[in-house]
Amino acid sequence: MLKAVLLLLSLTLISCANPPDEKLVNVYNWSDYIDREILKQFTAETGIKVVYDVYDSNDVLETKLLAGHSNYDVVVPTADFLSRQIQAGVYQKLDKAKLGNLGNMWQAISKRTAAYDPDNAYSINYMWGTVGIGYNVKKLQQRLPNAPLNSWKLFFDPKILARFADCGVQVLDSANDIIPAALNYLGENPDSKNSAVIAKAEAVLMAIRPFVQKFHSSEYIDALANGDICLAVGYSGDILQARNRAIEAGKGVEINYLVPDEGAMIWADQMAIPADAPHSDNAHRFINYMMRPEIIATVSNYVSYANGNKASQTFLNPAVINNPAIYPAETVMARLYTISPYSMRVQRVLTRIWTRVVTGQ
Amino acid sequence: MNRIDFLSTWRNRLNLSGRTFVIAIPYLWLLLLFLLPFLIVFKLSFAETRLAIPPYTELVEYAQDGHLRIILFLRNYLFLTEDPLYWKAYLSSVKIATIATSMALLVAYPVAYGMAKAPKRYQSTLVMLVILPFWTSFLIRVYAWIGILKTEGFLNHFLLWLGVINEPLHILHTHVAVYIGMVYSYLPFMLLPLYANLEKMDVSLLEAAADLGCTPMQAFWKITVPLSMPGVIAGCLLMFIPAVGEFVIPSLLGGSETLMIGKTLWTEFFNNRDWPLASAAAVVLLLILVAPIMWFQRTQAKGAV
Repeated sequence: MLKAVLLLLSLTLISCANPPDEKLVNVYNWSDYIDREILKQFTAETGIKVVYDVYDSNDVLETKLLAGHSNYDVVVPTADFLSRQIQAGVYQKLDKAKLGNLGNMWQAISKRTAAYDPDNAYSINYMWGTVGIGYNVKKLQQRLPNAPLNSWKLFFDPKILARFADCGVQVLDSANDIIPAALNYLGENPDSKNSAVIAKAEAVLMAIRPFVQKFHSSEYIDALANGDICLAVGYSGDILQARNRAIEAGKGVEINYLVPDEGAMIWADQMAIPADAPHSDNAHRFINYMMRPEIIATVSNYVSYANGNKASQTFLNPAVINNPAIYPAETVMARLYTISPYSMRVQRVLTRIWTRVVTGQ
Repeated sequence: MNRIDFLSTWRNRLNLSGRTFVIAIPYLWLLLLFLLPFLIVFKLSFAETRLAIPPYTELVEYAQDGHLRIILFLRNYLFLTEDPLYWKAYLSSVKIATIATSMALLVAYPVAYGMAKAPKRYQSTLVMLVILPFWTSFLIRVYAWIGILKTEGFLNHFLLWLGVINEPLHILHTHVAVYIGMVYSYLPFMLLPLYANLEKMDVSLLEAAADLGCTPMQAFWKITVPLSMPGVIAGCLLMFIPAVGEFVIPSLLGGSETLMIGKTLWTEFFNNRDWPLASAAAVVLLLILVAPIMWFQRTQAKGAV
């Protein structure tokens, strides 16, 4: 009780200590997703203090934003979440006059994020990536030397996946990432909103389900890095992180990331300003700062993710810009798809199919 | 009414209010941290979901023309009965909790018995040992089980080394791992009430049974077990109730097929973003759990007479 009272008191003190005109910006971003040096540099240049807080799931962010009065000035949701939050009235339109660095952005990415945020009126891309396949090179070779390393067959063909079942297969626990991938594999429109089309994904997923050890959205990072599993369908950034950890551990685990030729879903984390942000001006300055080519390149070099800033590409390390797992080749880029937001009714159809697939009943 | 009577009534009243004050603290605690959140959830369960801040409709609407409208949306509760998913999840949660509770009882009873029969000077140390794991975060202890149970984990290495098995066992991500995790995590809640009960037992009853020709085994079943029933029931409820709604253990140790209501609630809340339906499912869960508590209260009341 005493603790709770102290906590409440300190919270009130914090909120009292930060009047809106203070030189402050409250940033809420994903964990392990920035080089903190650039925050110091921002403060040194502008005198605006950055209060940097982190989350590890879109759900946590959304719950805070939907509850209202989050007190954050800049948040970085993934585009599909962002689009729904825009509809819910969570964000304010960006004042483009305050964003002088907009010209640096990359058309190839901006036109895709516009599927979630028309005209990019509310958001600016921070980092983007794909949903593809990560695998343990040696274990895969042992089990299937001629595995189709350019195709979703590696995962969606039950005859092929069955070969890897004994050494472990994990998949994102995310209906909205995997069901579109299954539709794309079937040659259907991955962005279909037709329940009858969406239902076709169920049979594909049910057929491979027996060979999946776990549906989870983060455990595969450690599992891949430790050599506990052979194959995972997950986010490019997470799988590259697993690859780096495996290299650091030096136990001979070699991880590779693959964007299949059939195409893959592109995800994008977008910087946006909540409608009730207490320091909207500072938030604009912060976002404009993040659009400077050398600044966002520093972040990309640090976290090994692609960014949506064309001008930054000259400042990227060769290991980042030349890695097709981070910056895919032009032909693959052309086949990356986006998913427009689902209505609540269709979302329920997806979730229900997913629950049946995940639990096997 | 004379003066003295009047004064004593007053004193009684004051006395009562003094006692009320002491009792008020735990009641206030329950009111603030249990009843109030429950009422919020209860209210939410009659709302309709929408895409806005907050993501649900208000029940009470004050219209311009002076009408006060209260709109109760009952569809959430109806939906719970329409889709078999929810009943399957409730049943599966109750099943998993029942099996885990029975297993914990089998483990805890001999331990509690041994503790109660141990020399008095060791007993406080033994109780301390039971409580000691609480000094480490529950989450970390469950995580530790991942390291023990996984295919390349301690248990498999040990068994392979012993030569008991030739192939590593797949325990992690199965129901078995969930049972192990639950029995481990909730064991103290089962042990302590059992120990408290067994420790108070009158040994002369066992001597009397022996005098009347009971073998030690018969005496155990005829005297010790029936007398320890309140402890057994208390321990089982303390474990069963949180186990039904358990979310952490199945999500860390369980496999994908482990369907439990805690996870279903999470899905409703976060994936479907349907706070009202999630609230309705939580209210139903509470109702399901209230039944065994009421039953326990009644048996306790009978025992006290």
